[in-house]
Amino acid sequence: MATPSSRRLETSKVQVSTHFLRKREMINQVARYILMLAAIISVLVTVGIVYVLLSEALVFFEQVSVWEFVSSTSWTPMFSRPTFGIWPLLSGTIVVSGIALAVSIPFGLILSVYLSEYANPKVRETVKPILELLEGVPTVVYGYFALIVVTPLLQTFLPGLPGFNMLAPGLVMGIMILPYTTSLSEDAMRAVPNSMREGAYALGYSRFHTATKVVIPAAMSGITAAFILAMSRAVGETMVVAIAAGQMPNFTFNPMEGAATITTFIVQVSMGDVSHGSIAYLSIFAAGMVLFLLTLIFNLIGFYLRKRYRQAY
Amino acid sequence: MKTLSENIKSGIDYASLSRKNRSRDIIFASLGIIVLFIAITTLVALFLDLAVRGAPRLTDPDFYTSFPSRRPLDAGILSAWVGTIMVMLVTAVIAVPLGIAAGLYLEEYASKNWLTDVIEVNVSNLAGVPSIVYGLLALGLFVQTFGMGETVLVAGLVLSLLILPIIIVSTRESIRSIPSELREAAYGLGANQWQTMAMYIIPAAKPGIITGAIVGLSRAIGETAPIITIGALSFIAFLPQSPVSGDFPFISFEWLNSGFTVMPIQMYGWVSRPQADFQITAAAAGVVLIVMTLMMNALAIYIRYRARK
Repeated sequence: MATPSSRRLETSKVQVSTHFLRKREMINQVARYILMLAAIISVLVTVGIVYVLLSEALVFFEQVSVWEFVSSTSWTPMFSRPTFGIWPLLSGTIVVSGIALAVSIPFGLILSVYLSEYANPKVRETVKPILELLEGVPTVVYGYFALIVVTPLLQTFLPGLPGFNMLAPGLVMGIMILPYTTSLSEDAMRAVPNSMREGAYALGYSRFHTATKVVIPAAMSGITAAFILAMSRAVGETMVVAIAAGQMPNFTFNPMEGAATITTFIVQVSMGDVSHGSIAYLSIFAAGMVLFLLTLIFNLIGFYLRKRYRQAY
Repeated sequence: MKTLSENIKSGIDYASLSRKNRSRDIIFASLGIIVLFIAITTLVALFLDLAVRGAPRLTDPDFYTSFPSRRPLDAGILSAWVGTIMVMLVTAVIAVPLGIAAGLYLEEYASKNWLTDVIEVNVSNLAGVPSIVYGLLALGLFVQTFGMGETVLVAGLVLSLLILPIIIVSTRESIRSIPSELREAAYGLGANQWQTMAMYIIPAAKPGIITGAIVGLSRAIGETAPIITIGALSFIAFLPQSPVSGDFPFISFEWLNSGFTVMPIQMYGWVSRPQADFQITAAAAGVVLIVMTLMMNALAIYIRYRARK
């Protein structure tokens, strides 16, 4: 299409090209470094978290022995003679997240198998937004629900249940993290290649057998990852427990009693009038460090397992 | 190895076996529906309880225009919803550009080296850090070390750090879902990375990126724990300075340094009060909070649905 006008355009282009190319490359490089800076800021967040937790916790451990922290079963930072044993907070955390997982793991597994192996696409497309809505409800509202609705409901079956207990927040938290567990384990099952399902069907397997004998074993590392990540979520959850479990440090494994968790202790101290640098102020960073380490371990295991199933198929 | 006909002769009853399998299938499918039903019931019960209990306050226009009060039936959410909007404004301004930029870098520019690996591991780990730990970061760094106090700016900062991984991950996913032919065609025409990204990738990934940003912000609206940790109070009987004023220079940023409260903190403050009437106010605040987050989620779902079509 060598019309005179286009030929003129070509020659003029050649004249400006080096300038144009240099400018274009400069924009490209500037953009690269600006975007890179944004990505590096996300690393600085982690550095900031580790720095703050470590620096404050180190001051804390100058005043409290590490041995007392990991061995004592009494946590009374507000008393005139305070004791700092992490166990009462850990027991509360273990009980509440244990109940939540006891609800969320079987329910999540059933629901994800149902969605990935049984439900037709239409059902799946309507169910997913519902689960997303369930996930979108703020945690403080779930806390209200546990305290005002679920606890009185449980009290009709369990007359001795106190107003603040670990059972109600645990159950509510189980439903609350259900969308998370379901979507993660459904992802893992969807990653199982269809050829494996078809092979099972060709051998005369029913859907149930295909799911339990082929799909679940093949997706096992992904499903395990889902549950470990759910565990991390449950351990770090704050508001449901802070509202419905009473915030009193209590070394017990009885879900019928109220207790504090690591997270609710931090909330309790933050709501009160605690001066900067006092031992109670420092103790929330020590507790926060334990929480950070716990969830970090769960997350790393979870990510490792997820990466493995992604590579497998 | 026996053949099928031998098996039938020797007495394996295929009809009953297949019946048994079918009934197992039905049992399992109904289990799935029951679990689904429990989840939906929880959602409905939660919302109905809040709406019924909070109805007396929700229908009172003063509820939206008055400050919190010692008398539960006079208490309103004015400072809370204004605070929420201001904090969300700060969060959106910081987190959305930062998250999108980081996501673009990781998908479009990052070469395979140690720095990229560090950033990727870091982002996936940050997504799993409990929100209250972000609160401790803000308390130790922004409030104490930098001496910024319990302000709108600090709350916006901590929430933006919290939702940064969500926005980064959703940006990357929506870029990855663009067919690679588009990118190759742009490179084939001589475009460089920046031109490819600005002219082809970003427009194509826009619905996904916007959805991710909205989902992130809707999570930030309901976050309570990190804001409690920085020391926000639930009893705030004033509003931050207006960002727009009649005098020169007409725009003021004083509100960034103002004390504040937000909807979830306000609700938490009322739930933990012993008087029964405060539960009504708390329920009403809960309805407003849920409506805020659900509206954002619905918007995100709608954008994604339209983009898929």
